[in-house]
Amino acid sequence: MSDDRTERLRVLKTYKLFVGGKFPRSESGRVYEVTTATSAAGAAGKDRWLANAPLSSRKDARDAVVAARKAFGGWSGATAYNRGQILYRVAEMLEGRRGQFAREVGDAEGLGKSKAAAVVDAAIDRWVWYAGWSDKVAQIAGAANPVAGPYFNLSTPEPTGVVAVLAPQESSFLGLVSVIAPAIVTGNTTVVVASERTPLPALSLGEVLATSDLPGGVVNILSGRTAEIATPLAAHQDVNAIDLAGADAELARSLEEAAADNLKRVLRPQPVDWSADPGTARLLAFLETKTVWHPMGV
Amino acid sequence: MPHKSFPAERPGVTFGYARRYAPLVTMPTTVPAYGAEAAERLASMADVTATDGALRRFLHGLPGVDAVGLQARAAALGTRSIKTTAKAYAIDLAISMIDLTTLEGADTPGKVRALCAKGVSPDPTDRSVPKVAAICVYSDMVATAKQALAEAGGSEVHVASVATAFPSGRAALAVKLADTREAVAAGADEIDMVIDRGAFLSGRYLQVFEEIRQVKEACRRADGSGTAAHLKVIFETGELQTYDNVRRASWLAMLAGADFIKTSTGKVAVNATPPVTLLMLEAVRDFRDTTGVQVGVKPAGGIRTSKDAIKYLVLVNETLGADWLTADWFRFGASSLLNDLLMQRQKLSTGRYSGPDYVTVD
Repeated sequence: MSDDRTERLRVLKTYKLFVGGKFPRSESGRVYEVTTATSAAGAAGKDRWLANAPLSSRKDARDAVVAARKAFGGWSGATAYNRGQILYRVAEMLEGRRGQFAREVGDAEGLGKSKAAAVVDAAIDRWVWYAGWSDKVAQIAGAANPVAGPYFNLSTPEPTGVVAVLAPQESSFLGLVSVIAPAIVTGNTTVVVASERTPLPALSLGEVLATSDLPGGVVNILSGRTAEIATPLAAHQDVNAIDLAGADAELARSLEEAAADNLKRVLRPQPVDWSADPGTARLLAFLETKTVWHPMGV
Repeated sequence: MPHKSFPAERPGVTFGYARRYAPLVTMPTTVPAYGAEAAERLASMADVTATDGALRRFLHGLPGVDAVGLQARAAALGTRSIKTTAKAYAIDLAISMIDLTTLEGADTPGKVRALCAKGVSPDPTDRSVPKVAAICVYSDMVATAKQALAEAGGSEVHVASVATAFPSGRAALAVKLADTREAVAAGADEIDMVIDRGAFLSGRYLQVFEEIRQVKEACRRADGSGTAAHLKVIFETGELQTYDNVRRASWLAMLAGADFIKTSTGKVAVNATPPVTLLMLEAVRDFRDTTGVQVGVKPAGGIRTSKDAIKYLVLVNETLGADWLTADWFRFGASSLLNDLLMQRQKLSTGRYSGPDYVTVD
């Protein structure tokens, strides 16, 4: 009786943005088609349709900045220990969704199953590694400075503020995690522009963050044309820093010019091997040093 | 028992509450509510306010509000897209209509002075920004505000003072009148009074009416100039329960001589909403059609963004037209709205989104 068995209709997922802890569609109502990488196993040189991702507009970027600014006070004011706990919780949630992410990364980057799984594992490990830095970064970025006077002189690192992050274009998940985690672990809040061609792992990361006690607005994820979203972000007066990891040389140049207007901190794009030991450079890139003079013996 | 109360039975009186929207006489012009002529026009309505019973019959004879239709109309008017030059015009208009408000227990003379400086020169980096309409403070801060405005070169910015046991309105009438006289004597240009919601909700309309009339009387300046501070009457619509009550309160206040009707104190959970404001705008329109007296409207509380403000301006334009699109006839009671308007203004002039770092913290 196999012929009267009806085939089950798949429930397709509507990928949405992640802004302020919610999942809105683009304000513009636009979407664009996301396809597999051309070299994907089984695709045989043809792009296979995966999903329609939201095509964000500059107004989505503006709303995301408002959400990030609103979240900054609470997130930067949380204890480092608490931030570390929450980030570790994110890793726990990621671990539970390994299969989903391995499939999405495999489709996005054209990797086989085992390679994709290895990339996801590396990303989760990367996240845990950065989570551990939350209460340790002050030890390497801060100091008790020797001064010629009867003062304690202490320098402590503080978060820069709202950071616009252009996620790397090629590494859709490991690269993404490697740019988000170091920015937020120190207390910054972020507006992330996902990889233009492979935004699905990033949009799914939003679902993980929403269920991990991370306050809404700390990470906001937008998908769409990188240049279209990044331009208003770079010029935005309420964005304190911008990470240009996902911008090509030409775009990076124009974004740097726009960012100069309100003296944004800019992290220039550089060739990175995302699987290598990341070091602390990205962690220290979005910190400001506060130095306090305190009279001794009072 | 003969039916005595119908004014139509009396010779020489052509107005009856049963024909409430019929024009009284041919009215050639509209007169402002604060002018001397307005009192005569209102006197012609004296029959509906003669007794508690007549006033109740009049107010309860007003047509019921279609709540669904009202909300739908307010929502529909909120979808207008106002862009580019129209937006720039609307933003400047909204700034010029703001009653910049600080009504905190923690108000200090320093804070009031800072607010006055901001009202005179909202964006110090851009002198083309218009001044706000008024500074709204508690009555003990009126003198401070008046002086600060004069020093900042903004004497044309009015000082509005809340009075009559703001925000609850729970005090003896003598106290409320004294409160008002003090504020007027200190130099207030406008008085924002609250109605006695307890009396209104328990149906003692004439008491509310008399109170407003007496406060209006107390708004007269004692300097012999014959002028008076303009009276805004706050309904606290969030406490009036129904749209019907808002309509009744609007007519009641306008009949009693209010120069402005105002939605809220900003001190309760529900403040100005577009439907309530639309309802009050319609009441003002009908009141002018009936009596020829022009009354202003002031939504207050909860209006924080430029988008909201522009929606209200659309409501005004669509309901009352250009006659009301000035600071003389429409105001926003707001404090944080100004910063958002300034940020939007900066965005329009520079093309870059602005941020709270570029406006004052207050």
